[in-house]
Amino acid sequence: MSDITKQSLSELVENIKSKKLSSSEVTKAFVERSEKSKELNAYITEDYTNALNKAKKFDEKPNLDLKLPGIPMAVKDLFCTRDLRTTAGSKILNNFVPTYESTVTQNIWNEGAILMGKLNCDEFAMGSSNETSFFGNVQNPIDKNLVPGGSSGGSSSALAAQLTPITIGTDTGGSIRQPASFTGTVGLKPTYGSCSRYGIVAFASSLDQAGPMAQNVKDCALLQEVISTYDEKDSTSIDFKRNEYSKELTKDIKGKKIGIPKEYRVDGMPKEIEDLWKKGIEYAKDCGAEIIDISLPHTNYALPTYYIVAPAEASSNLARYDGVKYGFRAEGENLIDMYEKTRSEGFGAEVQRRIMIGTYVLSSGYYDAYYLKAQKVRKLIKNDFDDAYKKVDAILTPSTPSSAFKIGEKTNDPVSMYLNDIFTVPVNLAGLPGISIPAGHDAKGYPLGLQIIGKAFDEQNILNIAYAMEEKINFKNNINDWWIK
Amino acid sequence: MSIDLKTIKHISKLSRISVDEKKAEKLAGDLNSIFDFIEKLNELKTDNVEPLTSVAETTLKLRSDEVKSKNLRDQVIKNSPKENEDYFVVPKVIE
Repeated sequence: MSDITKQSLSELVENIKSKKLSSSEVTKAFVERSEKSKELNAYITEDYTNALNKAKKFDEKPNLDLKLPGIPMAVKDLFCTRDLRTTAGSKILNNFVPTYESTVTQNIWNEGAILMGKLNCDEFAMGSSNETSFFGNVQNPIDKNLVPGGSSGGSSSALAAQLTPITIGTDTGGSIRQPASFTGTVGLKPTYGSCSRYGIVAFASSLDQAGPMAQNVKDCALLQEVISTYDEKDSTSIDFKRNEYSKELTKDIKGKKIGIPKEYRVDGMPKEIEDLWKKGIEYAKDCGAEIIDISLPHTNYALPTYYIVAPAEASSNLARYDGVKYGFRAEGENLIDMYEKTRSEGFGAEVQRRIMIGTYVLSSGYYDAYYLKAQKVRKLIKNDFDDAYKKVDAILTPSTPSSAFKIGEKTNDPVSMYLNDIFTVPVNLAGLPGISIPAGHDAKGYPLGLQIIGKAFDEQNILNIAYAMEEKINFKNNINDWWIK
Repeated sequence: MSIDLKTIKHISKLSRISVDEKKAEKLAGDLNSIFDFIEKLNELKTDNVEPLTSVAETTLKLRSDEVKSKNLRDQVIKNSPKENEDYFVVPKVIE
């Protein structure tokens, strides 16, 4: 069967279950395409030989009742994988080989999937362009020298380039949805507490959430169904009744009330984004949804709040990297000197910047003015959503304020880089689920995404809306394999 | 407000990240532009607002106090940059 790598997850599962394809054939196809795609720099660590062996083993005794039977996939290098190096895109974890497995990846292997390797990402998931990775830039398959978004940039690149049929990322302020939007793919940030954080390298613990990335909404729903479980190893994992998202998926969204927040019409937003949003509203109406204007008055305060809360939590989480127990160590004259040199040489510039911001806002004399203030504003932002959800079932916004930009274009100005996440950050602050779906192209032919935000634990609803709109939008990605050697 | 080099040095000490003069100047510039952006929060009056510490509105679950994983010493030591049998090794602390 030709063009295996062009098939969606659902098609691959179907073909393996009906024995038209073996896991070995599928795995070989994705491994071969990955090998020809080194220029994208999507992988940090390849595990192809093991993947092919596992596929062979699967084929010897296939369990076709599983949800991901013998499906190969690569995952973001923020998920700890037992016996396979996990770097978080950082020099400081360059040689770290976990002795345990993250719950999310364990759930995936339990359903029959096979690990192909670990995908590039911004260092400790801090970035919006994958340019902060110790392992170098990732190319967007859409065009040469274009960023794939971040921090799950290796994931979005590998997925859009069909090096992996599905993948997983993590999203602290937009790190799944923004790269999905930049590469014409689908990315879901689940409700906080839906997917276990156990075994995921921590960035900002009150915001971090793992989620699925896929070629289409149906595949995304299936992967969400696999990874979302209650886990007693994560004290913030929430024990709620999870849907069988892919089975319950429906395009019938007649009468659903969809809110359009006026505050998302930000100054200087390109006309293309405004037009895309209008088109999205028309698509939603065509699907039978009712459009309602709403207000989220504190939207403009979300990014400044985020840039206090996230660095504060990061400075605390990253205190563990001291060169003693694991990871990189620089020699020093004494213990303190060793700590300081290890962290100065082991962390990249953006991570150091955020640790310093976080340390400052938590330091004596500044805690109330910054951290406590931010937590209060965070409450106001959450209240905005709570009020809106008295009137609507979901909210529709653009995913990003622009399409993908060139490598190097924003690296010298941290604040302009942070503005990328203006539409995604409020969702993390409020702990809500949000999905980005590809919805059109800009004048350069680069993909643009729309975001659907749901009520907490209402993933099924936003997946349904995305599923219905996806059919109307009928998006086609323009990928010409320019990087294939 | 403005973050000066002295403050940068103080934060770098607290962060256990060594910085030289050149790096300190760059950091001061970056942090000042970021804090200018953060200052926007002062437009809001928040005296009577409860701070939000967690979006997960659940109480912690109780569980029985049992050992679930044991004999992990080798695994715990495995990734250390320097070890001596059962110990992590660090530069001499006590003279």
